[in-house]
Amino acid sequence: MYNGNKLSPFLKGVLIVGFLFLYIPIISLIAYSFNASKLVTVWGGFSVKWYGSLFQNDQIISAVKLSIEIALASASSAVVLGTIAGFVLARFKRYTGSTLFAGMMTAPMVMPEVITGLSMLLLFISLEQFIGVPSERGFFTIWVGHTTLCMAYVSVVVRSRLLEIDQNLEDAAMDLGARPLKIFFVITLPLVSQAIASGFLLSITLSLDDLVTTAFLSGPGSTTLPQVIFSKVRLGLNPEINALAAITVLVVGTVVLIANYLMLNAQRKREQAIAAAMREAAPVPVAG
Amino acid sequence: MNLMKMKAKFRLGKSAVISIPYVWMLLFFLVPFFIVLKISFAEQALAIPPFTSLLQEEDGVIRGLSLYFGNFSFIFSDELYAATYLSSLKVALVTTLMCLLLGYPIAYAIARTDPARRNILLMLVMLPFWTSFLLRVYAWMGLLNENGLINNLLLSLGVISEPLHMFHTDFSLYLVMLYAYLPFMILPLYSHLVKMDVRLLEAAADLGAGPIKAFFAITLPLSKNGIIAGSMMVFIPAVGEFVIPELVGGTDTLMIGKVLWNEFFDNNNWPMAASVAIIMVLMLIVPIALLHRYETRELEGKGNV
Repeated sequence: MYNGNKLSPFLKGVLIVGFLFLYIPIISLIAYSFNASKLVTVWGGFSVKWYGSLFQNDQIISAVKLSIEIALASASSAVVLGTIAGFVLARFKRYTGSTLFAGMMTAPMVMPEVITGLSMLLLFISLEQFIGVPSERGFFTIWVGHTTLCMAYVSVVVRSRLLEIDQNLEDAAMDLGARPLKIFFVITLPLVSQAIASGFLLSITLSLDDLVTTAFLSGPGSTTLPQVIFSKVRLGLNPEINALAAITVLVVGTVVLIANYLMLNAQRKREQAIAAAMREAAPVPVAG
Repeated sequence: MNLMKMKAKFRLGKSAVISIPYVWMLLFFLVPFFIVLKISFAEQALAIPPFTSLLQEEDGVIRGLSLYFGNFSFIFSDELYAATYLSSLKVALVTTLMCLLLGYPIAYAIARTDPARRNILLMLVMLPFWTSFLLRVYAWMGLLNENGLINNLLLSLGVISEPLHMFHTDFSLYLVMLYAYLPFMILPLYSHLVKMDVRLLEAAADLGAGPIKAFFAITLPLSKNGIIAGSMMVFIPAVGEFVIPELVGGTDTLMIGKVLWNEFFDNNNWPMAASVAIIMVLMLIVPIALLHRYETRELEGKGNV
């Protein structure tokens, strides 16, 4: 007999091995952040001194500030552009250049970053030669680069959500005489608000984490957090980076857990509301 | 307002909506590739920016076009470049296969878990993906080191008497590539496998097929689109990977992403970096087209039974 809900011992084993593989490095990273020894992997007793020195490291603190500013700016613009792009991809069929557009929205997610970084930098250099702006590399150029990368991810999330939801709702509103713009803001946008929220969170993490594209687009005065981390870990293990990693994991883990909980809750409520509405609409059970 | 007028207005609005993200992507994603192409035919120069102009100008009048083919002819004549491109393709291919071998059973197991636990497992796959890529690569530096966790553990257990040399080798490169790219394989595979109709497997079991036969006859063919999408999601960025070979790979590991980085940042040879990028893009066009095709099919629901 086939049983769909019982996992075979093989599959259970695979899950255990897979998750150990995914999590052991992260756990060890956190554990070593409490090591008193500067050698990181040679245990020298429990200590939280690296957290203290982390918060006194001006280079890291100012890089964190810059990275957060860039992430907020990029995620905001990526959400707006990516939502429009996702809407276009899901709702508008065949228009001039539709294939090219769909291709351009997929490619940034997989294109090796050394290529996108280099190509964007060369664009800005050419723009500067011909029109004089941007006169230097920094916040603006990084923002453009991150927005382009993140909006592709947002468009995928929004698009797949739009393909899931019932287009009849939009059609019905149209039949009732609502204008397209009103339909978008009153019907479509609330239905994809969760997808937009996860797109925003995803954009924040992508931007906060981006090293390669940023390296091409940043100037002398704009060093982001990944750039500082990279320049440090290139030289070897560094206990301050372990402390930083532990904080990152804690923050990201908490945010993702809360977001996940809220979204599951909202989904359950919506399903209950739909079920209640259905009961009201058809009080007599229909046979069949 | 008559219908004709309304339709015309609607069409105008539609074009306006499309043009907002369209123009952005054209300007900041597509046009830059043509600029890279242009600069790949320039020569390195002691100037700002550090390359020659393709247009020969005299008193503001364009006199002619000078294309420099030296970058490409150097890449094609130098054996090290050919070896580097091949080695990058090999690393990406092996990484993809490893991710598939480990990721498929994980995705399958999650898809067959009962729905209540499925979300938790899926979130556990996503969580590392949300934490910093750079820090996850760094984590392996502490594990694979001469006096890292793995060596300390094996030494104290008495399995080995001398620390194993794992760090900065091909072994560490492949292991961390597998680690970093695994979620990219699991997620698309999962989204295909979870939609599969389990009644097909029940029918196969009723008809006397064993679980292994049913897997190869039903599950595997039905998840073909997911396999292709996941493989391309891993393969394409892996070809140009820079951070992993730089931090944990061997000093003699040849990766084209590293070469491009060095040409640009260390040698300040922008035209050469542009030429390296152009050849890499040409190599990746087919995989990107494949990914695009299967992803579109998947989203529009054509690829599933």
